[in-house]
Amino acid sequence: MRDVDRSGRSRKPRHRIAAALGAAIVAAPVLVACGSSDGAITINVYKYPQESFQKIVDQCNSKAGGRYDIVYHKLPREADGQREQMVRRLAAEDTSMDVLALDVTWTAELAKAGWIKEFTGSAKSEVEDGTLQTPLDTASYEGKLYGAPDNTNVQLLWYRGDLVPTPPKTWDEMIQMAETLKKDGKPGLIEGQGKQYEGLVVLYNTLVNSAGGKILDENGTKAIVDDGAVKALETLKKFATSDVVDPSFSNAAEDDARLAMEAGKAAFMLNWPYVYAAGAKNADYIKNLKWAPYPSVGSGGSKVTVGGINYAVSSFTEHSDESFDAVMCLRSAESQKYAAINDGVPPTIESVYDDPEMAKPYPMKDAILETLKTASVRPRTPAYQNVSTVISTILSPPASIDPQATADRLRSELQDALDSKGVLP
Amino acid sequence: MSQTTTEKSGAAVKAVEPKKKVVLSEGKRAERKLGWLLCAPAAFIMLAVTAWPIIYSVYLSLQRYDLKFPDRQEFVGLDNYVTVLSSPYWWNAVWVTVVMTVVSVVIELVLGMALALIMHRTLVGRGIVRTSTLIPYGIVTVVAAFSWRYAWTPGTGYLAELMGGDPVLTEKIPALAVVILAEVWKTTPFMALLLMAGLALVPDDLLKAAALDGASGWQRFTKVILPLMKPAILVALLFRTLDAFRIFDNLFVLTGGSQGTSSVSMLTYNNLIKGLNLGIGSTMSVLIFIAVAIIAFIFIKLFGTAAPGSDDGGKR
Repeated sequence: MRDVDRSGRSRKPRHRIAAALGAAIVAAPVLVACGSSDGAITINVYKYPQESFQKIVDQCNSKAGGRYDIVYHKLPREADGQREQMVRRLAAEDTSMDVLALDVTWTAELAKAGWIKEFTGSAKSEVEDGTLQTPLDTASYEGKLYGAPDNTNVQLLWYRGDLVPTPPKTWDEMIQMAETLKKDGKPGLIEGQGKQYEGLVVLYNTLVNSAGGKILDENGTKAIVDDGAVKALETLKKFATSDVVDPSFSNAAEDDARLAMEAGKAAFMLNWPYVYAAGAKNADYIKNLKWAPYPSVGSGGSKVTVGGINYAVSSFTEHSDESFDAVMCLRSAESQKYAAINDGVPPTIESVYDDPEMAKPYPMKDAILETLKTASVRPRTPAYQNVSTVISTILSPPASIDPQATADRLRSELQDALDSKGVLP
Repeated sequence: MSQTTTEKSGAAVKAVEPKKKVVLSEGKRAERKLGWLLCAPAAFIMLAVTAWPIIYSVYLSLQRYDLKFPDRQEFVGLDNYVTVLSSPYWWNAVWVTVVMTVVSVVIELVLGMALALIMHRTLVGRGIVRTSTLIPYGIVTVVAAFSWRYAWTPGTGYLAELMGGDPVLTEKIPALAVVILAEVWKTTPFMALLLMAGLALVPDDLLKAAALDGASGWQRFTKVILPLMKPAILVALLFRTLDAFRIFDNLFVLTGGSQGTSSVSMLTYNNLIKGLNLGIGSTMSVLIFIAVAIIAFIFIKLFGTAAPGSDDGGKR
């Protein structure tokens, strides 16, 4: 009897410890969530890792004057990982996410699912005021505004100023120039993104829009893949099978292209503006690195695919008003300028480009602004993820494109993807 | 309360008469009742965490249910099964999975047997030999897969340089070979461990007697050791086949399913988690579940595999 008693007694404290531990584990997230300074409302912002973003958050917090306290949660570095985490929590109606930094291609999907709030009234007019049109288009779906553009991005044509006196205006010209360079025994390759991933979709979307074609209809419910889209396939095939394309084009992403250009193998490169800052250490190379607007497919101008990030407010937030206010501060002209100078991401508010401080870190800002004004948006549909996967799978490798047949296959598989009928590869 | 006990004791008295059923004293019955009560929470939790998700996936697989189009949710019967089973992507994934399963399990069986024999026979440093053999199994698969990936990436990896600097992970067949290699490296120790347990069942006297009768080493292995080890081998094969069929982590890290290297699990993940298509994704999960059940059925009914401890043959 005493034995039992003793064991019973000895067990009690252990139970208590276990209970305390359990309580601590349960309470921890709650404590963290409310642990911000002096009981202010916490606005949880989920964004990819951006170096100077914490500074922008701090500035906004001091401006808020204790009304809310923004906490920056870093999402994974890769786009798929970011989307996956947000989507999974939104599907579970997680109330602890307030503001989300979305890739421009996710707007339609999250809006259709009812996971992000519409910008209305004064919030809407504030976002629209002075913001460039194409980035705004990426934040809209079915005529409603669901996001506030934070930064944007467009590819430019980068070329070697010492080899090419005047930049080419069209793809045909560029291929011709490269061939001439190659014949003369000079570096004449053209670099781009041909790997089976989003970069290939960006390239194809630019070509289709530049050729005046359409992949999907305006509402994103019907696969079109018209003559312009076929013309784009012809251009892509011609490029991929020419002898001036980098041999590893079909496996190249942005950085592969950049490194090949820096290694002095190529005369031309189609890439994002980050390549300028990335190559700045290499003085000989940066001296000759020049930029021009993206080459066009036909006689008209080019319509380059726009990238970038929009802020959205989660439908499940418990602090709607404060979240919208936080968004306005995070994307204010001042914040955008800070991010542009420190992180190299192009602003979405036009007036920021005129700021004199922008000239030094952004020597190519006029080319970016000019390109942005005629830029194109990737297909806007809730099924974008499926559409993108289908396009990159079918176009890969670009050298084996058979324009008419590939277009037919694109049309039927895209339609299946839009109807959420097909199986994703 | 007292009434029920008297009723029950009355029933017990009645039960004594036929003398066929096992008669339980009141204390025993109370104990049994308590046993059931104590088991109930565990049984309930098991049902909640295994049976319910399975039932729910079957239910989802009969729906058109895409989180991207919440307003288009409806019951579609077996439409999703038709879609999946007529998709070339699905069949490609099935073949990739089957090939990877068969090739990796066969290689693992041969290597695992060799390792088991070595571990069983070592006289010196037995502990060290066994521990070092088990190291790959102790490393987290994802971590190991990342080191394989870097090793095979041209520019950063020694294996890629060794093979002439070709990006092997960007082509279907070489990429599959790399995945199989990573799988084999990782799970051979597990196979060896299971087989070693089987080897311990082979009595030494029998081997000595066979040797005395003039059986060669190979004959002793094939005629004495293998037949006696059959139950252990079959269990090891069953475990590994079921595991290999559901391969995900190595593939996810090494190729991400590009170049048509998706396994069925990878494809399910892409449709369910990335594509948010609960209907199609659940259909695939149910199909994988059925495939796994068929594999287990074949092993148990056709080859007579028995789970460890469930057969009387083991109790010699």
